[in-house]
Amino acid sequence: MSQILETQKLDIQKIREEFPILHQQVNGKPLVYFDNAATNQKPQRVIDALVHYYQHDNANINRGVHTLAERATAAYENTRKSVQKFINANEVEEVIFTKGTSESINLVASSWGRKFLNQGDEVLISAMEHHSNIVPWQMICEERGATLRVMPINQAGEIIVEALDDLITERTKMVAFNHASNSLGTINPIELIIKKAHAVGAKVLVDGAQATAHLPIDVKALNVDFYAFSAHKMYGPTGTGVLYGKRSLLEKMPPYQGGGEMIKEVSFSKTTYNDIPYKFEAGTPGIANVIALNEAINFINELGKANIAAHELNLLNYATNALNAIDGANIIGTAKDKVSVASFVVEGIHHFDLGMWMDAKGVAVRTGHHCTQPLMDFYGIEGTTRASFAVYNTVEEIDIFIDALNSIIKRFNK
Amino acid sequence: MSNSIDDIQKEVVEEFSMLDGDMEMTINYIMELGEQLPPMSDSSKTDDNIVKGCQSKVWLNADFKDNKIFFEADSNTAITKGLVSILVRILSGRSPKEIVDADLRFIDQMGLNRFIGTQRSNGLGAMMKQIKIYGLAYSTKIN
Ligand SMILES: Cc1ncc(COP(=O)(O)O)c(C=O)c1O
Repeated sequence: MSQILETQKLDIQKIREEFPILHQQVNGKPLVYFDNAATNQKPQRVIDALVHYYQHDNANINRGVHTLAERATAAYENTRKSVQKFINANEVEEVIFTKGTSESINLVASSWGRKFLNQGDEVLISAMEHHSNIVPWQMICEERGATLRVMPINQAGEIIVEALDDLITERTKMVAFNHASNSLGTINPIELIIKKAHAVGAKVLVDGAQATAHLPIDVKALNVDFYAFSAHKMYGPTGTGVLYGKRSLLEKMPPYQGGGEMIKEVSFSKTTYNDIPYKFEAGTPGIANVIALNEAINFINELGKANIAAHELNLLNYATNALNAIDGANIIGTAKDKVSVASFVVEGIHHFDLGMWMDAKGVAVRTGHHCTQPLMDFYGIEGTTRASFAVYNTVEEIDIFIDALNSIIKRFNK
Repeated sequence: MSNSIDDIQKEVVEEFSMLDGDMEMTINYIMELGEQLPPMSDSSKTDDNIVKGCQSKVWLNADFKDNKIFFEADSNTAITKGLVSILVRILSGRSPKEIVDADLRFIDQMGLNRFIGTQRSNGLGAMMKQIKIYGLAYSTKIN
């Protein structure tokens, strides 16, 4: 990361003690968990919050007048306030709970898109998007007769900023791209792209799935229109996420799904919808997950994002140097600014074999296209092996991973 | 061939049981088996012969001679190639009926399940299906 922040050294061993899952053997070897970009592990306090909710507070929210319902609702809404602070949103009503990043993007594509996209309009995404930020736009573009266009990237895996002025025009209605890439680690120049998009009156959705655990998020300062992320990639539970949207936009958008919670009054002839955020939260949500997300946010806040980022950058640099020193290993994604993702290919070894061998040695890495097939096509590869780091990872674990890699390469050259 | 499909399956299971479930030794042995697989002729390694998995590719060719089916196979990943070679060893040179009736228990018995089904990640499952399809197709060719 480019900005040098004053950081404090974290006690990683102490942090590791908060994560019960890390202390186990896999295939007879101590687990090294490097699949954090897919989902990271949960500290005990998040697990405790889930259990506590079901042991003491379980009730459906918003509907009951009894004490448990009151407690559950308060805890649920408390997380909304924490999220508001976490991303520095103007208003708590601008925080909508969803199933995750994918649902957040689908909600915008479907609801905003149906209302505001028309024949001849353009939606602009980047060449390094997750399928979750491609397919919903393809679907709505097809439905509305709009065109999907793509911001190109260079070999390092950075958006080619010089190409943007030709791509962002008065036809552009939406620019959707990720804050950080799950396959490459690239941190995108979001301020710049948001400014360019707003200059032509386009709206911006940022896919923050890979950013929230690593980077400071300030939706107000960014002036971003929509920001989507998942709890499970920031030490929280799976199946829960957030859509931030500006009030002025959310109020103009039709509901995404119909059901309970999202209505004011229902009769067979007419239904009036609830106010935001409830208009977009049909049905009983993952109440326990949302409540436990609060603990994940507390966990991150207590450690301090700048401290987390400094530790992870240290790990990334260490891993990058070690990978660069290995003959035949090539890092895919060499952007100047990266989150802690090291994606690579090894000449003569298929990533599937590499992943299976790594697992046999206790190292969990991800292999394949990482849900970014168009990006793999750009590099002319089928997939990569990806090691991604979280705050609880250590340099010693990277040594184990590199030793494993060296011995696997040796086996293949036998 | 005097040994039945079941005999050879038993043989394979015994070989693997000597590895004591050690994952590294198991993978290493699977790779060694792949390295011993006779190379597939270029004329058989066509796109039509690809049975596709999610992460790895398998080529499978079947020849019908003397009422028996002979399989040739290859894969772009070393581990899948090893697994493929086990299938070829068990099933190549059998009658269509033997292939249709074959109960491929060895995968379960060897604890190799995780190498095939769960992740849809390699072509082995698809290959087993394809082999059965050849078995069925050729059984209609015999009278
Ligand atoms: C950049 C990016 N966008 C979107 C997603 C989808 O997130 P989820 O599966 O939690 O909806 C992911 C997760 O892999 C991701 O990395």
